[in-house]
Amino acid sequence: MTPDLVGGLESPDYASHDRAAHDPYVPVFTGDVKRQLDELLARYPTKMATLLPALWIVQRERGWVSEEGMVEVADLLELTPAYVKGVVTFYTMYHQHPVGKYFIQVCTTSPCGICGAEDVVKAFLRHTNTGELGVTSPDGRFTVIEVECLGACGFATPVMVNEEFIESVTPEKVPDLLARLA
Amino acid sequence: MGYPNQPHQRETPVLSRYFGDAEARSLEGWRKRGGYKALEKALGMAPADIVNVVKESGLRGRGGAGFPTGIKWSFMKPGDGKPHYLCCNADESEPGTFKDRELMRWTPHALVEGCAIGAYAIGAETAYVYIRGEFTEPLYWMEQAVKEAYAAGILGKNAMGTGKRIDVHVHKGAGAYICGEETALMNSLEGRRGNPRIKPPFPAVSGVFGMPTTINNVETLIAAAPILMNGADWYKKMSLSNPKSTGTKLFSVCGNVQRPGTYEVVMGFPFKEFLYDLCGGPPHGRKFKAVIPGGASVPIQTLEEAEATLMDYEGFVAQGSMLGSGGVIVIDDGQSMVSVIARIARFFAHESCAQCTQCREGTAWTTKIMERIRDGQGTIEDLDTLLDIAEQMTGKTICVLSDSCAVPVVSGIQKFRNEFEALIQGRRFHPVIAAVA
Repeated sequence: MTPDLVGGLESPDYASHDRAAHDPYVPVFTGDVKRQLDELLARYPTKMATLLPALWIVQRERGWVSEEGMVEVADLLELTPAYVKGVVTFYTMYHQHPVGKYFIQVCTTSPCGICGAEDVVKAFLRHTNTGELGVTSPDGRFTVIEVECLGACGFATPVMVNEEFIESVTPEKVPDLLARLA
Repeated sequence: MGYPNQPHQRETPVLSRYFGDAEARSLEGWRKRGGYKALEKALGMAPADIVNVVKESGLRGRGGAGFPTGIKWSFMKPGDGKPHYLCCNADESEPGTFKDRELMRWTPHALVEGCAIGAYAIGAETAYVYIRGEFTEPLYWMEQAVKEAYAAGILGKNAMGTGKRIDVHVHKGAGAYICGEETALMNSLEGRRGNPRIKPPFPAVSGVFGMPTTINNVETLIAAAPILMNGADWYKKMSLSNPKSTGTKLFSVCGNVQRPGTYEVVMGFPFKEFLYDLCGGPPHGRKFKAVIPGGASVPIQTLEEAEATLMDYEGFVAQGSMLGSGGVIVIDDGQSMVSVIARIARFFAHESCAQCTQCREGTAWTTKIMERIRDGQGTIEDLDTLLDIAEQMTGKTICVLSDSCAVPVVSGIQKFRNEFEALIQGRRFHPVIAAVA
């Protein structure tokens, strides 16, 4: 199945990050993926406007956005690598280093905070053996972070596991939720 | 309707009618429910006539500022020889707000239709729907809806067989609250860092790609279709209080309340009845203490103010706050106001784009001082320092993120000073433990 161009529910290939980190860089934009970029380019009057979508494609294919990935995108869109890096670092959702196979984001902004989000974070840290926010578990499977408002405040506490959006998570539900990911 | 709860009889579901109805998501299902009739009607009208109907209806922007939509559309001058653009702001990130998420994931075709009507009305051939990156489900459904609409000839170079070109594209954000600010959204769409731009020039003169642009919220665009179908008078009559606020409004309710969810009521609905009847009142054994009625950046209301409010643009202002985005955060007597405000300040410090000094430094220092007070390390002078910083943060920056951080702090100190002082004087916050029957 060809993934959707803009990207909705399909999960990035987080598992491949080790290969991408250690081997010589293999370009992302070849074959079908290049054709996807060409299709996106037709939607905007400037090449630069496809920068965010192109970076999303890099992250979908590689699990994170490496410096080499930024250089490749810069070349394709006629931008400088420094410019691309400036954009990547502005946005919170582009991973600038590999993360666990399951990247878990727990909303702790005020509306969720007053409904007990802190306890949900603690439950995730405990049950994933990560112990600390932003740290990947020893088995490489989990990274847990706090995220600012996920925009589902009536379903406190919302949690994102990769591209999956899970509503109304409580500390009690965390073990089952993690078991499902095994 | 009160999704995910059962619809309440006192609601007026116009935009939220099909929440929870999975069939309404497909083109076929949407057409069965009367979808795309409004677009067909619109394409048979002159763009200026559409703008006039919307103007006449009294529809005002649902994203937060409440600017009259028809007037905004009329700023787009026809025949200037430039490409025009419509941007739909679906970067819903204001804490407490989640109505656009429901609109997009249940009725994606309603937004496609709204974008097409809006684009045609302002003389644009292209509309971009900028959806925040975290909204994976709305992104998925919107992309399916756009694909279906192209395949059915509703969009494209011959939209609905009229020979007019209307393109709608979904654009995925990448995690930045500030991109909900309209000029930051345009920068982000162009492939830049999401720093807000100085106004003027206003978007209608020089917007995205330097061309005349209109930016509308999801709910605003979706409201255009029923207005065209039922007429401006029908919409204008839906007003229980001030005639300057018309139509229905979606309110997303969260926090310490029995039935959180998205509710749709006519403008001017009594807030007290809304909170107790529709939303079911406070959690068992608790009492409401405060309400932030329009997303985290509007002034905090005391319970007395909230209970006296009529829910429209003027009604919230009359009771010390603002309608904002309609994101109602309810706080009960088990919460420390200082903790709540400290967390809001941290949110704004995290989301500041750091372009303006007052905001970059102000949000960070406000957070540090608020957290110090929360942890029992504050001094009484800290309150004056906070108010002084807040004054320096207000009205002095390119966008209003800085003001948004100052607002809850100032209203919090004004209305709940006793809680700040108690923590400073070494009394720990004890949640009111009401007798549970």
